[in-house]
Amino acid sequence: MSTLAIDKAGPRRKIRYGSVSRDRIWAMRWSYFFLALFAAFSLLPPIYMLITSLKSSAEISAATNPWWVFHPTLSNYVELLTSNQFQRFFWNSAVVSVFVVAITMLISVPAAFALARMKFWGSATLATGVFLTYLIPDSLLFIPLFKVFALVGDWTGVQLINRWYVLLFIYPTLTVPFCTWIMIGYFASIPKELDEAALIDGASWLQTLTRIFIPVALPGLIAATIFAFTVSWAQFLYPMVFTTSIDQLVLPVGIITTLVKGDVFNWGQIMTGALLGAAPPLLIYAFLMDYYIAGLTAGATKG
Amino acid sequence: MADVAVQHTRVAGVRAQSKRSSLKHALHRKSTTAFLMTLPLILLIAILVIYPAFYALHLATLNKAMTKFIGLGNFEFLFKRETFWMVVKQSCIFAITAVIFKALIGFIVAHFAHNIPSKKQRKWRGMLLVPWVIPPAMSTLAWQWLLDPSYSAFNYTLSFFGIGPIPWLGDAIWARFSIILVNVWFGAPFFMIMYLAALKSVPEQLYEAAAIDGANWWQRIWYVTLPMMRNIIAITTLFSLIVTFANFDITRILTAGGPLDRTHVFATWAFRLGIEGGDIPLGASVSLFMAPILAFAAIFILRDISKRGNEA
Amino acid sequence: MAEVSLRKVVKRYDDVEAVRGIDLDIADHEFVVLVGPSGCGKSTTLRMIAGLEDISDGDIIIGGDVVNDVPPKDRDIAMVFQNYALYPHMTVAENMSFGLRLKRYPKAEIKSRVAEAARMLDITDLIDRKPKQLSGGQRQRVAMGRAIVRNPKVFLFDEPLSNLDAKLRVQMRIEIKKVHQKVRTTTVYVTHDQVEAMTLADRVVVMNKGRIEQIGTPNELYHKPATRFVAGFIGSPAMNFIPCHLEEAAGKLNVRLTDRLAFPLPAARVARYQNVARSEKLLLGIRPEHLTEANSHLEPGVEPFDALLDVTEPMGMETLVYFTLEGTQVCGRVNPGAGARDGSALRLAVDLNNMHLLNEGTGVVL
Repeated sequence: MSTLAIDKAGPRRKIRYGSVSRDRIWAMRWSYFFLALFAAFSLLPPIYMLITSLKSSAEISAATNPWWVFHPTLSNYVELLTSNQFQRFFWNSAVVSVFVVAITMLISVPAAFALARMKFWGSATLATGVFLTYLIPDSLLFIPLFKVFALVGDWTGVQLINRWYVLLFIYPTLTVPFCTWIMIGYFASIPKELDEAALIDGASWLQTLTRIFIPVALPGLIAATIFAFTVSWAQFLYPMVFTTSIDQLVLPVGIITTLVKGDVFNWGQIMTGALLGAAPPLLIYAFLMDYYIAGLTAGATKG
Repeated sequence: MADVAVQHTRVAGVRAQSKRSSLKHALHRKSTTAFLMTLPLILLIAILVIYPAFYALHLATLNKAMTKFIGLGNFEFLFKRETFWMVVKQSCIFAITAVIFKALIGFIVAHFAHNIPSKKQRKWRGMLLVPWVIPPAMSTLAWQWLLDPSYSAFNYTLSFFGIGPIPWLGDAIWARFSIILVNVWFGAPFFMIMYLAALKSVPEQLYEAAAIDGANWWQRIWYVTLPMMRNIIAITTLFSLIVTFANFDITRILTAGGPLDRTHVFATWAFRLGIEGGDIPLGASVSLFMAPILAFAAIFILRDISKRGNEA
Repeated sequence: MAEVSLRKVVKRYDDVEAVRGIDLDIADHEFVVLVGPSGCGKSTTLRMIAGLEDISDGDIIIGGDVVNDVPPKDRDIAMVFQNYALYPHMTVAENMSFGLRLKRYPKAEIKSRVAEAARMLDITDLIDRKPKQLSGGQRQRVAMGRAIVRNPKVFLFDEPLSNLDAKLRVQMRIEIKKVHQKVRTTTVYVTHDQVEAMTLADRVVVMNKGRIEQIGTPNELYHKPATRFVAGFIGSPAMNFIPCHLEEAAGKLNVRLTDRLAFPLPAARVARYQNVARSEKLLLGIRPEHLTEANSHLEPGVEPFDALLDVTEPMGMETLVYFTLEGTQVCGRVNPGAGARDGSALRLAVDLNNMHLLNEGTGVVL
């Protein structure tokens, strides 16, 4: 039973029991407050898109409160969704994106497997090289690519400018490096004994890839697929360069060029078009958010 | 003993044979398969990335009609133009400012998100990542409408506070501000997600040890969080710098480079000159000018990564 | 016929030789254990037999054929890994049948082989589960089932019990032995645990620093170790090594440990050590169980002496006692009722009939 000697000269501190948890609660409250603030900031534009899309042109030009819809109407949606042109844009985007996803996976997955698992001469340099090419932006490549495709078109007689299928060649330059990178990360995290067990069980390299690695790394595959689709769908620069006729346009370019006519802005329809254009990635995101995020972070934390 | 001797000769014969053929065969099979698997990747990058990059160098040395070689003529022409230097300055300022804000906001929001219980995090994360998911072209349209000279919803709201209508896209300085704003709105979520993942990987015990050692929240961030996250910070900053620097969509849609070329960046100006103006070599020259700046940034940051690679 | 032979097998990594010339002959149906400390090259040797590592030099012969360059799948072997290496996305049945499915065996045969192996390992009701729903011991059984189903020439085990807790380890040891009795496949088993080696093996191969120290049955290794390493590695607690030398005194050959402690050699040993130089530095190797409390009646060859105990460890069944002889810590085993206490003196007896004499420099047992 020793008594505590109080040092009267030392700093006096009021000991409040439960102060630790009280700090925590305040920290949480502030966190929620700021999170709500940022969430509001993040969601402001899409919500505004929605509000505007429900307004008629008359209401917009009447310049009433922009944050509220007084006479909601679906006419914008109806007009766009029934417009052949818009449907064409949507279709082009969809076709291009789906094909690009397929092409990307066909290139990335075997390459990632070979780079992650099969040690061969130059595999390390190639992996780094893949990472580095991602640093060459599209805004540097679009001009030479345009010229190259024009030239090849002239030589072979196959029309390569102003055709949507050209995009199938070009988009993979944007999707393949990162998808390969993601898949390398996922494949590398599969324990090495699994390959050895498969080897002893008698699997060839291809069988090991298709029957073991792909099923086990399925989350990575999904993440890579989502990424490839989203990037393809959102492309703006390349389609602007390579497609000019109305029937060849993909959605982002289509909306900007047809709806934004000179100085007469039909904002109701524009916002509707923009929202519809944002819908597919948003829907995928809503349902597969975890894969989306996992794919992003896997590239960095495992890199 | 006899059968051991017999076995030996059989072994010797088989051995000599198998050593020659199946060794080569085994090696051959593995590297050819590996090579074939990476071939499409190599071809894609070689033909559609590396070759055009070098071709751009060639293009930049031609005259407008692409019939003659004029060496550095295009570059000389550009260096004399005031617009060119404006574009250089604008691109750099945009990129650096935007990335700083994106990183800062991303870091702060990640911290808040890290503070709340994990189960709730998912919902908030979901909402906060939305800007990054929407195709930039589409969301920029929304911003354009929000910042419209006549109908801006922001101006409407500000008018209630007596603040006059702001020419978001019409005045050079405000236009620059707007572009950075949209860029930050679009890119901060990316940083947030990355940093949140990195924050989760910092062991809780380090914070506890620091708290016991007497560190307050600011010191804990400086001495524990940031050093552990060095690599992620470096990588994301590098990626973002490059992507922001080379950005086309946002500037093109919001201002198309105006007013009076005050918001042009490399990508939009190259597009204006090369595609719209029909002067491919000049456009190529402009784009190419990005390369040394990008390379410099890349080397600078990558060097930092490999230096600190073994700390964690 | 599934004998395995290694002839002068060498494995080099850059400049380092992990395995320095191994010669080993394993007979058909034999259960051989490679045992040694980590880094001794036992796993590398096993992996070379499996074909997972290339051989730098020498030959490996399985069933009469040189398999140096034959890929693993054609060697007709099966392997059980330390981390089980079960395919996480497949059920137990699919895991076990994967190899057979790759070789396009008829479905009926696959089914019956899997059922048979499952029954043998008592995992029949786990057949449709995925690995993540299984405990460590169950997973290890599935890994063994995968090997059994293939009906190979050789089973290879790479430290399969290291990831299991102590109790489970004992259980699984018995399982493995039972399986071997039933299936009788030639087995090469790698472990760092000498208890596993002693209990499972027909013959044990003790390895150290890439070389084989000794090959023998568990009994041989225990009672007749050839080198200091083997003597000290096999048996727990480890054998004591006390510096000593031989001396003549009054016509008898003694082994002298300290200034005050010397014992006469038992008659049977005198002949053996007669020609050892009296000046040579030696080590007396004596196992703790041969250092017990002195009884009133001592057998010939058992010499009593007094010891001052430093520490005692009551283990329930016995008490381990530690004392010091001129700087060397010595361990003995006494009955719990012998009155051993920390710091007290105790009259012990050393059974020299089970002594070993080693050359201190070379480590060779004389």
